[in-house]
Order: sequence, then C-alpha cells, then structure tokens
Amino acid sequence: MTRLFAAFAAIVTAFAAHAEEVTTYTLDNGMEVVVIEDHRAPVVVHMVWYKVGSADEPVGASGVAHFLEHLLFKGTDVLAPGEFSATVAANGGSDNAFTSYDYTAYFQRIAADRLELMMQMESNRMNNLRITPEDVETERQVILEERNQRTENNPNALAREQFNAALFQNHRYGVPIIGWKHEMEQLDLQDALDFYDLYYSPNNAILVVAGDVEPEEVLALARQYYGVIPAEEHLPVRERPQEPPQRAERRITYVDARVSQPFLIRSYLAPERDPGAQSEAAALVYLAELLGGSPFTSALGQALQFDSQTAIYTNASYDGSRLDDGTFSFAVVPAEGVTLSEAEAAMDEVINAFMEAEIDPARMDSIRTQLRASEIYALDNVDGLARRYGAALTQSLTIADVQAWPDILQAVTEEDIKAVAAKVFNRDQAVTGWVVSSQEEAR
Amino acid sequence: MLRILITVCFALVTTTAQAEIDIKQVTSPGGINAWVVEEPAIPFIALEIRFRGSSSLDLPGKRGATNLMAALLEEGSGDMNAQEFQTALEALAASFSFRALDDTLSISARFLTENKAEALALLRQALIEPRFDQDALDRVRPQVLSGIASDAKDPNSIASAAFDAAAFGDHPYGSAIDGTVESVSALTQQDMFDAHRNALTRDRLFVSVVGDTTADAVGAILDDLLGDLPAEGPVLPDDVAFGLEGGVTVIEYDTPQAVALFGQAGLKRDDEDFFAAFVMNHVLGAGGFESRLMTEVREKRGLTYGIGTYLVPKFHAEMLLGSVASSNATIAEAIEVIRGEWARMANEGLSAEELEVAKTYLTGEYPLRFDGNAEIAKIMVGMQMVGLPPEYVVDRNDFVNAVTLEDVNRVAAELLQPEALHFVVVGKPEGLESTQ
Repeated sequence: MTRLFAAFAAIVTAFAAHAEEVTTYTLDNGMEVVVIEDHRAPVVVHMVWYKVGSADEPVGASGVAHFLEHLLFKGTDVLAPGEFSATVAANGGSDNAFTSYDYTAYFQRIAADRLELMMQMESNRMNNLRITPEDVETERQVILEERNQRTENNPNALAREQFNAALFQNHRYGVPIIGWKHEMEQLDLQDALDFYDLYYSPNNAILVVAGDVEPEEVLALARQYYGVIPAEEHLPVRERPQEPPQRAERRITYVDARVSQPFLIRSYLAPERDPGAQSEAAALVYLAELLGGSPFTSALGQALQFDSQTAIYTNASYDGSRLDDGTFSFAVVPAEGVTLSEAEAAMDEVINAFMEAEIDPARMDSIRTQLRASEIYALDNVDGLARRYGAALTQSLTIADVQAWPDILQAVTEEDIKAVAAKVFNRDQAVTGWVVSSQEEAR
Repeated sequence: MLRILITVCFALVTTTAQAEIDIKQVTSPGGINAWVVEEPAIPFIALEIRFRGSSSLDLPGKRGATNLMAALLEEGSGDMNAQEFQTALEALAASFSFRALDDTLSISARFLTENKAEALALLRQALIEPRFDQDALDRVRPQVLSGIASDAKDPNSIASAAFDAAAFGDHPYGSAIDGTVESVSALTQQDMFDAHRNALTRDRLFVSVVGDTTADAVGAILDDLLGDLPAEGPVLPDDVAFGLEGGVTVIEYDTPQAVALFGQAGLKRDDEDFFAAFVMNHVLGAGGFESRLMTEVREKRGLTYGIGTYLVPKFHAEMLLGSVASSNATIAEAIEVIRGEWARMANEGLSAEELEVAKTYLTGEYPLRFDGNAEIAKIMVGMQMVGLPPEYVVDRNDFVNAVTLEDVNRVAAELLQPEALHFVVVGKPEGLESTQ
C-alpha cells in the first residue's frame, strides 16, 4: 500500500517543441500528464481523458460509454448531484465532457488560479461515483432525447449510421457512439458501474492542463490529487475485434421523406495514424485536399462544379485520428436534373483521372503552405492544442508522434500520395450510400 | 495624418482572473475608425469588419440579394475569376469569410504576418472590385436554393420561419435572409451590384484588428482597404413591434421529436434594466446546467437533451426567445413546465443566493472570453456596433455586480409575461393543439 502514497519518481520530459511549450510526466500509478503553456491570458483548461470509448463497450450495451459520461455529473461520495458543475460555474468557469469511439474526456475552462479545485473534484469522481437507480432512469431519458435530437430527427444522420454500420463488418466503429436506440433503452445502473469500475483509473487516463500554468506546479498538484489513486490491476489489454479482409463492395440506398436534397457518400477503409508510422496518414491528408478540399481548386470541385454543372457540392475527407482503422470519404450533391448514377459516374471518372495524371507541383506547394500555416493558427487556440494531445494519446500515439506530425506532413511527396491512393481506392472495402426522399429518386 | 485617439490600457479584473488588454483606437487620414489590440506573440493577424444593414437592406422583391451577394464576394474580383482568386488566397494560407446576417454583414479575415500585404490586397479586391460573373451567379444560386429546400424540411428552420413571420410580418425580420425560391431565382447580376452598393458603405462600417501588427500600421492600411467604398447607404428599415401574442402554433411534421421555439417581447440593449434582465435570464434559462429550465425540464424530468433562453436585442426589435426539443409524447409536458417556470420567475423572482451565484459566474466567465485573436477582434467589433466604448470591457462586470435583488425581481415581474409567451411547435405533438 505504501507504494500508492510514495513520492513520485516523475519522469520529466520537456520537448523542445517547434512552437507550443509542452512538458510531459508519467506518474507512478501510470497516469500521463501533459502541460501546455500559454501565458497570454490567465485561463486554464483542465482535461482528463480516459482511454476508453464506445468502441470498447461490451456487446449489447452500445451507448454505455456515453451514458456513463452523463452519469459522472451526478453525485460522488462528497459531491451532491449537480454540485460538480455548480461549483465550476460558481467559480466563473464552464465544464463539459465528450465521448468518441476511442476516448471519453472531461474538461473545465476556468481562471488559472482555480486549477487545484478542479483537480480535487475531477480526481474525486475517478473512483467515488455514487449513482442511484433514479439518476439512471432520468438520465436514460435524456440520452434518448439526445439521440432523437442528433439522429432520429435528422435523416442524414440516420443515413450515415447505416453506411457506417456497413463499412465496419466486425469492428465496433460500426456501432454509433450514442448507441443503438433499443440497446440504450435497456442500459441500467450495473452496465454503467461495470464500465466505470473497469476503465476509470489513473493507469487508463491522461491529464492535460493547458494555459497560464507552470509545469512544476501542475505536477505538484497532479501528485497530490491523482497520484494517490491506485492503479487498476485488472485493466484489460485494449484489443478490439478487427476487420476481416473485406471482399465485396456494399451499396445502400437510404430513403426518408424528410430528405430535401439527394446526395451520395462513398467511404473506404483507410490506414490511420500509428505510432512511429504516420506517413501514409500524412499522404492521405494531401489526397483529401487534392481531390475534394476546396471546391475551387480540388479535382472534384473543378470537374463537377466548374467544368461541368454536375454537382452543387463536392467533398473528400480523411479521418485518420483513430486507434484502429480510419476512413476516407467522398460526398457529392448532384445539381438539379443530374441523377445520382450520373453524379457517381462523374465522381469515379475524376478519381480515375487523378490516378493517371501527374500531380500539379503548384497544388502541392499550396497545400504544404496551408498545413504549415495551420500550425501557426493552431497556437491561437490552446483548447484545440489540448484536444490534439489528449486525443492522440488515447489513440496510442506518443507526444513525439504528435510533435513529428507537422514535419511528416511537410515531407509528403507525389509518389507517397499515389501509392496510398492505389491502396485505399479498393471498392471491395468501401460502402457507397445514396440518400433520397423516395425510391424514384434513387436512379 | 494618422490620429491615435485614445489608448485604453487596463486589466480585466475579477475575483479570480485578470486579463490585460490594451485597446487602441485609430482613425485613418480618410476618417475610418478601427480598434486595435497589438498581440505579437503569434505571427498572424485577425481582422473583423462589419457593416450594419445587410439583409435588412434587400430591395422590394429582391429578398435574398444581400445573402447571395455576400456569398459571391469570394467568387471572383478584379482581374481574377473565382478559381484564380481562391488559388491566390490558398497560396497565402489566408482565409476570408463573408457572411450576411439579418442586420449585419460580417467579414472575417485571418492571414500570416509574412504575407499580410498580399492578403490585404486580395481582401481589398474582393470588397471593392467584385465581379459577380454570370457563371459564378449560376453556380452559387443553386447552392442557396438547395439550402432553402433543406430549410423547408428541417423542423427547426420550419419553426423559425413560422415564428418570425408571425412576429414581424412584412418587416425584413419576418422572412428568412436567404429569400424564397421565387425571389432568388429571379436575381440578376445587376441585383448583385445594387446589393453590394447598398450594403458595403463607410457610414455603417466597423473594424477591429488583433494580432501581430501595430495601431499605426492598421491606421495606414484602412483607407486603401476600405476607402473606395461609397460614403453612405440607403435608409435602414423602421423599428418594429414584436407582434406575436401568447399561444401555441402547431405545425404538423412527421418526425419523432417535436421542436419548439418560444418567445415574447424583450428589451433594448441600452435599456437601463438590461443587466437586471440579463442576470434574470441567466438564472431562468441561459445558464446551461445551472439554469432553472435545465434543472426542471432536463435534470428532474428527463424531457429534453437541451433547453435554453436568450435575450435577443436586435437593432429594430427586442425579444426573449427560447428553444427546446422533446419527443412527440412529452413535448406538451415540457411546455407546461416552461410556462410554470416563466410564471414562477415572474411572481417570485430570484433568491438572494441565486443572484449571488449568477453574478459570480457571469463576472468570472467574462474575462475567459478574451482568449484568442479572432475572439477578441469579434468582441471589439460587436461592442462598436452597439455603441459601447472600449472602457466597457472594464466596467462591464461592475454593471453586473450593480444589479440588486430588488432590481432583478422588479424586472422579472415586468418583463416575463407567461400569458404572452408563444410556442411554435413542429412535429406530431401529443395533447397539444394550436390556440385561437
């Protein structure tokens, strides 16, 4: 037991970051600490990220990660229900939380001299939640209304849910973060507590503190509040069901009378950013820009919105910030009088032409410049920097990976892009979805 | 000659946070004013430009003209067509946004110090020499029409359109700034030039700049950037009374969750009771998880994911608005709870403790807003538009703290009128019917 209260042998690694001042520690109980300094305003963002998200949920309990996130604002052994947020507000701060496939994070934004109070409360709810069956009943209604608002009332969101479920044949990325409605309706106190007891522990958490703070002071407080919490010995190894080889293209038509404008989406599985191996992901960032970044200068925009009046909107996007597989997607909204078949054929023609042509060096320069500038603009938003580190560390990347990323992006070549494009544009591992208001529009 | 009129240097002090901010006011030789905060820490500049008027200046039969015009400012100017302009902009890694709102044309620019001259030259070209090419018009018009079609099937947009039409009728506030299928389909190139001529004028111009520059440098570029705009614009619309009486309007729409937009008349931004109303509204419905409506409708009953109320002092009308969404089976109960809370606040007001907690939050939260170049620039340009002086950022918390329990409860009783509250509900609400 002494070990838990022993002084920290904190490993201090101060990175000579190109821009942001970042200092990291690892506490004895396994909790990682990241401090980002920004002394322009007397404000701090205090975040705790748990390396658990919806893709870690047990089968049949979809939505429990997000449900638990809501329940953490109920009481603990020392905090009455609602007292956490009320205390933050009474100190002039704001707080909230968010859940994704790979992480669940809690944060407060407050005057920098209130950091200790935030740590005191946040560390308390890591282990000492006291939820009642009544809390569960009411809050379940709240998350069902949240699902109504985000998804059931939104035909495009319902369509995306269907497409995503088809893209992932085995991985939990195919299950919506908020949960399937029929499973959300069955979530109970025990589901939430089982999840909480297993995953909410310092050796599964990352503390990110960003703003007007001194790293040594943050470390001292982290020791005092988080360092005394015992590590969870039974924390499971994070191995989730992976995708099998995908062998057949999937095509879906989603029909909903509330759709005002037919459109199509094509999503492919794509490599994600991995520790020490981010080059393919970096090339995919360029690929998305080149094919469907700006409507004025991208290949899809030029061909479908300028050279022909095939579409009123085109886009390509890459999501590689994942622990497991990422996705690369296209979206096209056809112009009046253009069918979805015609729009899809035009889109495929652009993709094929791209694969055969040389990449314009001027476009490469422009994208490189924009990526470099985005690092400068990012410094203006310390919340954004905090999220960048928090998310990456829950997705198996290291601080070094995060800091190497801008340089890796600058080093991408035309050949890298063509090579990763050839690998990703495999229709056997893709879903093509049409969204229409009636079957007649699906042509 | 460049005149720097005032330098207001002060600390934003609260019980906990102190943010130092140094607002410099500058007037160009040509008479254009700007507020500037010099922030050299990061090598970029945020520039915010506002023109009062915007879509409220749409000419008769031309609803949507200002909105479409604003969308076309990035679609070609000077000797560049849309693609040439955007290629140049992307090469600089600058970003411009042009957005028409009902009373305000909003222009936000962000660019690097290292190429600010080139970025400003492009911005000037977009503002002063737009081309409104026919092919750009033909390309962007269907995007606007698609948005109009989408709004016609979106429950929240359906509710807003019905609420605004009933509250403001023929006044510009009574219709969507996007226009109608009919009005937008008929807009011509000349309409774009007319809308540009009317909306971008120096008499309604407000500017703020934050970042890696100096007040002197800003003063020197203002005339070149904006000096060639027309001096004056056409008359603004008249003020309009909030014309919606208490009641319920149900608009049938087949969707599982009903959405409700509700509201009543509000009060002006310069009303002497504004801060009392602001504090009261925070406790009623604007204070997130701590508000009474969130507590009663969400936390205690689980009837919604979110509910909020907003004081909306516009230039020509004032409202107190709210929104909530709840399943068709439960929206009637949510509305009953809201009406009850409206009445409870009007009749009983706040407790002394609620007032203190609200003040602590509101005064503590204020300095936290000044946390980025673009954020500070937006706050400063917004202050200019409603006639607040730079000192307001220091005095503002005193205004909040000066609100007494007596004030706030008198204002609650005067302002909140449960019987005047009107709900527009879109969905298939059970147990709820339109009144009258």
